[in-house]
Amino acid sequence: MDLNIFWFILMGVLLTGYAILDGFDLGVGIVHLFVKKDEERRILMNSIGPLWDGNEVWLVTFGGAMFAAFPHAYATAFSGFYLPFMLLLFALIFRAVSMEFRSKQEMRWWRRMWDVAFTTASTIGTFLFGVAVGNMMKGLPIGSDMEFQGTLLDLLGPYPLLIGVFAVSTFAMHGSIYLYLKTESDLQKRIHRWMWTTFGIFLVLYIFTTMATLISLPSAVTNFRDIPWAWVVVVLNVLAIANIPRAIYLGKPGYAFISSAATIAALTFLFGFALFPNMIVSSLDPSWNLTIYNAASSQKTLGIMRWMAIIGMPFVLSYTIAIYWIFRGKTKLGKFSY
Amino acid sequence: MDLDVLFLSRFQFGLTIMFHYLFPPLSIGLGVIMVVTEGTYLKTKNKQYEAMARFWTKIFAVVFAMGVATGIVMEFEFGTNWATYSRYVGDVFGSPLAAEGIFAFFLESGFLAVLVFGWDRVSPKMHFFSTVMVSLGSMFSAVWIVVANSWMQTPTGYHIVGEGMTARAEITDFWAMVFNPSSVDRLVHTLIGAFILGAFFVMSITAWYILHRRHLEMAKQSFTIALVIGTIASLAALLSGHTQANTVSVTQPAKLATFEGHFRTGPADLYLFGIPNAEEERVDFGLSIPGGLSFLLHNDFTTPVTGLDQFPVEDRPPLQIPFQTYHLMVALGMYFIFITLLASFFRWRGALFDKRWMMWVFVFSIIGPYIANQAGWIAAEVGRQPWIVHGLLRTSDALSKAVQAEEVLTSIILFTVIYLFLLAIWLYIMNEKIKAGPEEPALAATAREGGLLDTMTSRTGTGGPSLTDPREKTRSSDDSGKENK
Repeated sequence: MDLNIFWFILMGVLLTGYAILDGFDLGVGIVHLFVKKDEERRILMNSIGPLWDGNEVWLVTFGGAMFAAFPHAYATAFSGFYLPFMLLLFALIFRAVSMEFRSKQEMRWWRRMWDVAFTTASTIGTFLFGVAVGNMMKGLPIGSDMEFQGTLLDLLGPYPLLIGVFAVSTFAMHGSIYLYLKTESDLQKRIHRWMWTTFGIFLVLYIFTTMATLISLPSAVTNFRDIPWAWVVVVLNVLAIANIPRAIYLGKPGYAFISSAATIAALTFLFGFALFPNMIVSSLDPSWNLTIYNAASSQKTLGIMRWMAIIGMPFVLSYTIAIYWIFRGKTKLGKFSY
Repeated sequence: MDLDVLFLSRFQFGLTIMFHYLFPPLSIGLGVIMVVTEGTYLKTKNKQYEAMARFWTKIFAVVFAMGVATGIVMEFEFGTNWATYSRYVGDVFGSPLAAEGIFAFFLESGFLAVLVFGWDRVSPKMHFFSTVMVSLGSMFSAVWIVVANSWMQTPTGYHIVGEGMTARAEITDFWAMVFNPSSVDRLVHTLIGAFILGAFFVMSITAWYILHRRHLEMAKQSFTIALVIGTIASLAALLSGHTQANTVSVTQPAKLATFEGHFRTGPADLYLFGIPNAEEERVDFGLSIPGGLSFLLHNDFTTPVTGLDQFPVEDRPPLQIPFQTYHLMVALGMYFIFITLLASFFRWRGALFDKRWMMWVFVFSIIGPYIANQAGWIAAEVGRQPWIVHGLLRTSDALSKAVQAEEVLTSIILFTVIYLFLLAIWLYIMNEKIKAGPEEPALAATAREGGLLDTMTSRTGTGGPSLTDPREKTRSSDDSGKENK
């Protein structure tokens, strides 16, 4: 296979892994403040306690792989999104430390401070991921020198902001379903209601986002003409979304979780598919687009990196599976919890 | 306003990397201590070691979380602030970063979950395995990032493709890039620096317990483990530092000349301290061994060493910062050797823990390795200037073209505020954890101060219930024999 395409797909796999796995961590953070009791808040944090760090590594590896495989895309996107990415970093920092610090002290103000930080950071982080994706979909003012020529305001258009809100609703739903799996009794009953609420919000925004994409970004569907089998993903996406309420209704939350994970995977796929073979679209002149060819590293590097991926990914998958297996079941507070 | 973006971006990178570097070396150093402590527990079944292992793990978790939180900043900053650099080196520099993610971070983060949250979910042996894996993972991440940085110091295994604005480095030989002339030396030195930090960290906390007569048994055991590691590492640092200086004299002579304030090519002196004077091209207020540097490099006091005069002014590093930080690091290294050898001597004589002044010295000595680690890196990085990639790309040419000075200033202010806040919180939490101390094993759970004697006597009797086969008994006696040496 063409190495550039291989790496584009692998980046998609890493991004999908991140969105599914850290997606529920961020989702738990988004809904965190909706439980009031201290013990329940601890359960929420501990439900992702052993997992979030490994989940975030998917993002770190995505960044490293992008730097190595598509340095121009990495440089253009990261310098172009300067302030939003700085804010994203602060969000990720606070998300991490709020869990670590929260339950280390008894004071009420202390715990409340970190609770608020946790939810704020998770929400802003998710929102900014969405804004970044929206901007990539829409295209950026990229000059002939591959450099971003806009300002912060160019990044805050209505479409990217909509995708930001959509991302928050998606992860809130995903996180709620995850929490339903990890909790028991009274808390679980309340989370049952959240699943419905967050699904409702998600569904409305999904329809709205789909329409906005089709109307304002007709270029997003051009690839379907050349590769019609991709419609299968659209159909699967709709089926997965439809299966979420069905599974919740039938009392099969495991299937609901798989369906929301599949929904996220399908959305990530459609995002990559809309871009392909571009990495960053120039809104000024299509010939200035950063593609998987002109933004890439040499074939030699892509080849070396492919070996790294072939050797490394089985390890990554086995750690991931092992950790999820060890920490399976309902979250209980113990001596070693946050 | 170009200069401003340059200054601000360098300032921000320095600020964020120095803050980040408060944590990873401590994770690496503490990781080794945890492996030894938990391994000893598995061998001896002595509950004291288990309690210590759990205590260090708790501390480790807080350190590690800060390392993760501040580490992701670094990966972003190559792209946000140094986009031109990223375009130029991505083909070469990117793959070690990706390798760090795939081979090190996943390993660390996965087993960290078991390490911190899994005490009662997996068997003791599986838990110990996780501890070893986390420790290895933290070292692997050091491997890849130091390889990447070393390539910036001594680039090999690449060729330049394109010209002018579109020129960039591409890999020709991956292993030549990984094993570039400085990577092994620098990796060894970095890891040793981390081991010293971990050892002094443990000695600082346990010395404080000993002074306050708390957790005496555990504190003494831990102090001894850390002292052994600290002594070996301090001596090894001297050796590895010497090897490294030899390499630098060949690969980056301007850097070494700056470290030693050596202006004119010829026999070089070895300064203990001084203030290099760039205008007069001499070192003021200095104390030096004449020909000392020549001797260290060539075993001869008169062999000429390349001086700064061999380099055009625009290719010379700044003088003052590398000179002072380098000398500070070396002086602290000497101090570590002195103090650990002295303590080892007292420990051998069995008098160490009664010397309260010595314990106080160790309580405060933790500042030393922190400064030495930071100073060493400052010397290494500022000493590479004006290059971002030695001989290939100037730092001033490496910036992001899309980023304005005001944006960088904004992020610097935010980083400063947030990091100061986090530092205060982190120190507070660490202090609380240290004050709370390890949980005494069940035997002495009822009384803290008065129960210590009981703990000690009961320990010699039973050594805790053994869950495994009787072979453990013999091994445990071997081990205590080793410990007394």
